[in-house]
Amino acid sequence: MSVLTLTINGIECTGREGQTILDVIRENNIPIPALCNLKGLTPVGACRLCLVEVRGISKLVPACTTKIQEGMFIETDTEKLRTYRRILVELLFAEGNHVCASCVVNGNCDLQQLGFMVEMDHVRFDYLWQSFQIDASHPRFVADQSKCVKCTRCIRVCDEVEGAHVWDLKGRGIATRIVSGLNQPWGQVKECTQCGKCVQVCPVGALFDKTATPSEMVKDRSFLQRILEGREAKLWAR
Amino acid sequence: MSKYKYRILVCSGASCYSLGSNSFKKVIEDELAKYGIRDQVAVINVGCLGLCGKGPLMLVEPDGKIYTNVSEANLPEIVEKHFVRGTPDERNIITRDDPFYRKQFYIVLKDFDKVDPASLEQYIATGGYSALAKVLTEMSREDVIEEVKKSGLRGRGGAGFPTGIKWETVAKQSSELKFVVCNGDEGDPGAFMDRSVMESMPHRLIEGMTIAAYAVGATQGFIYVRAEYPLAIERLNKAIKEARRAGLLGVDIMDTDFSFDIHIRVGAGAFVCGEETALIASIEGRRGMPKQRPPFPAEKGLWGYPTLINNVETFANIYAIIENGGDWFSSIGTERSKGTKIFALAGKINNTGLVEVPMGITIREMIYEIGGGIQGGKKFKAVQTGGPSGGCIPEKYIDLPIDYDSLKQVGSIMGSGGFIVMDENTCMVDVAKFFMEFCAEESCGKCIPCRVGTVTLRNILQKITEGRATMTDYRNLKDLAFAVREMSLCGLGQTAPNPVLSSITYFEEEYLAHINEKRCIAGVCEIKSFDTINSYV
Ligand SMILES: Cc1cc2nc3c(=O)[nH]c(=O)nc-3n(C[C@H](O)[C@H](O)[C@H](O)COP(=O)(O)O)c2cc1C
Ligand code: SF4
Ligand code: SF4
Ligand code: SF4
Ligand code: FES
Ligand code: FES
Repeated sequence: MSVLTLTINGIECTGREGQTILDVIRENNIPIPALCNLKGLTPVGACRLCLVEVRGISKLVPACTTKIQEGMFIETDTEKLRTYRRILVELLFAEGNHVCASCVVNGNCDLQQLGFMVEMDHVRFDYLWQSFQIDASHPRFVADQSKCVKCTRCIRVCDEVEGAHVWDLKGRGIATRIVSGLNQPWGQVKECTQCGKCVQVCPVGALFDKTATPSEMVKDRSFLQRILEGREAKLWAR
Repeated sequence: MSKYKYRILVCSGASCYSLGSNSFKKVIEDELAKYGIRDQVAVINVGCLGLCGKGPLMLVEPDGKIYTNVSEANLPEIVEKHFVRGTPDERNIITRDDPFYRKQFYIVLKDFDKVDPASLEQYIATGGYSALAKVLTEMSREDVIEEVKKSGLRGRGGAGFPTGIKWETVAKQSSELKFVVCNGDEGDPGAFMDRSVMESMPHRLIEGMTIAAYAVGATQGFIYVRAEYPLAIERLNKAIKEARRAGLLGVDIMDTDFSFDIHIRVGAGAFVCGEETALIASIEGRRGMPKQRPPFPAEKGLWGYPTLINNVETFANIYAIIENGGDWFSSIGTERSKGTKIFALAGKINNTGLVEVPMGITIREMIYEIGGGIQGGKKFKAVQTGGPSGGCIPEKYIDLPIDYDSLKQVGSIMGSGGFIVMDENTCMVDVAKFFMEFCAEESCGKCIPCRVGTVTLRNILQKITEGRATMTDYRNLKDLAFAVREMSLCGLGQTAPNPVLSSITYFEEEYLAHINEKRCIAGVCEIKSFDTINSYV
């Protein structure tokens, strides 16, 4: 596999052919927001937070879905990107009902973290105050739509890793919602193995353990790498 | 044809059809029979005759007289006066010399007024499928692509990408399996160009797709049509069946060793499903959601195989390029926009309907000649082209030639051919709000800037039209519009802010009047009183 050289924020780096810009950014410990991406799941380029500027390309480029090329010249932290990323995070806060103080992942939330990262001190847009549903029909977990950022990580992990495909999307535009089964209460979906993978990958407090109270829920993201690598190495094969 | 003294061509385009023209043929024939002259007059259903706003229409040959606003009730009188006594009542009649028709130039719609859309025989009688025969017997794949490249044809689906280059890219892919897809989704509000072509000239589309398949080396094709177009689906289905029966589709077409077949996929009618990656997902049976490109469909399309996607009108131009040569085609139109374009004229003009004109015709010609001027003699204010992805062009550009680049230069686009004329009584903020509402409702919901951004833009525009907005809202509107444009994943979000940004460019004073003076210059918006505003706070 050939090694490529590229420049990120003025620093020369190397990457392997086939890697994405985001892979290389992460390997070099350059901070970049990325909400929909999770290593181990198919990248979808949905949240647009990882957009970067690439010299010679007039459009902004999503780092998570773009493969590196020899000699690429990438900027991840320009004035323009900072402004736009803040707008994106504000839009997310305007979309849901993010009352952090009463949320189970308060203090452990990726969206909250993003707010700090883009230095958001208020939301300039009117909140949409949509009405959302909470589904507590599952014996172990709860789904609270008001916190969901539609990153589809739950959909992908359940489909691609657990193989159950419990989750999907319904609706369009602002009315887009995750649904379990055929739009049934989660607890009635027979395919759910109760493995909890979706809960662990959910970046916010939309999916959580039934027993968790505000600020209690800490999610373990590293499990995904562990099981994917374990599978690769046939650790559990008989 | 000489057998008949007259031919009555009844418009069976969707608009006239839905206004009752579907029953005309039988009523006319019964009337003719009463006078014993049924065998002197041929009655044929044809495709859209263009002037839909004055429909149902009926064209009488050889006189070239076109009856407007026909109804079943006045058919007996028309038959009696025109065909029995030979003294037609001229009141509701126009002719081919009417300004509406004079500047039109038909390539895609050629012979639409001669053939029954449902008849393969009539299509062949007017020269149909001879381009396909020529391609299969005399031309190599490279020859065909060369001819299309030479023609300068650019995609009619919106972006105006050079068709020949797209074909070449697909042709160059080494893959056993390749697909040709016709994008007949046409989700723009008010647009019906593609619908009319599919309804009026289904065989012309099939011929174009088959030629494309030969050129790129594809063996299977799909036509993606929205479910709201039942007449188009019905006629396409019939046309495909007949073409198969006649050996024009299927195995060993025209006894050559080229095989290709077409299937129809009916979409549920989401605007975003016209976006090519979403369209592919939809044909594959998944949720119609766009994907980040590259890879482009030309490399990895349907089920991962190279796929050529073109618009209906693009395919319908092909026969003419093959028959008359690429040089002939490129002699029509302007320097960088070749051929003709079909437009759906709508809004406050006298003649609304479907027109095909050479590229480069001016906005003025379109409105004042073909369009017959503004309704009620009012003042022209702006024209909105390109649908929800387009922009508003103000009066000062009335002599602008209509082509891809000119429209782009003034902040709009050709798009698929929407042409909505607005008069002095139109509020531009209100117009921007209408299009933003459309985009917000049609957003697939995948990416944040489009999903939340469009609805937020719409809400700010709503505030402005109600006189509740401040200059801070206005600044937010502009910042957000740029962010949505630059950050969205697909064309829907990337172009959604265009109507807002172009109306700000040309009509900023209207925005400011709403905000600062609580006044709608055009008198359209209901400005809320101070008390009502307080109740919002
Ligand atoms: C939101 C959206 C909707 C679209 N709708 C259509 C459509 O209805 N018909 C169409 O031909 N192209 C549509 N397009 C453009 C297609 O993605 C594609 O570019 C086109 O079909 C290519 O054909 P052409 O090269 O012949 O223009 C749409 C694009 C976007 C972003
Ligand atoms: S708990 Fe496991 S099986 Fe159930 S929905 Fe979540 S990921 Fe899928
Ligand atoms: S529930 Fe969580 S993981 Fe699933 S889409 Fe919503 S935010 Fe993402
Ligand atoms: S821009 Fe809009 S329609 Fe396109 S992917 Fe994003 S949310 Fe979907
Ligand atoms: S992480 Fe790249 S778009 Fe979400
Ligand atoms: S449908 Fe009859 S004129 Fe267009």
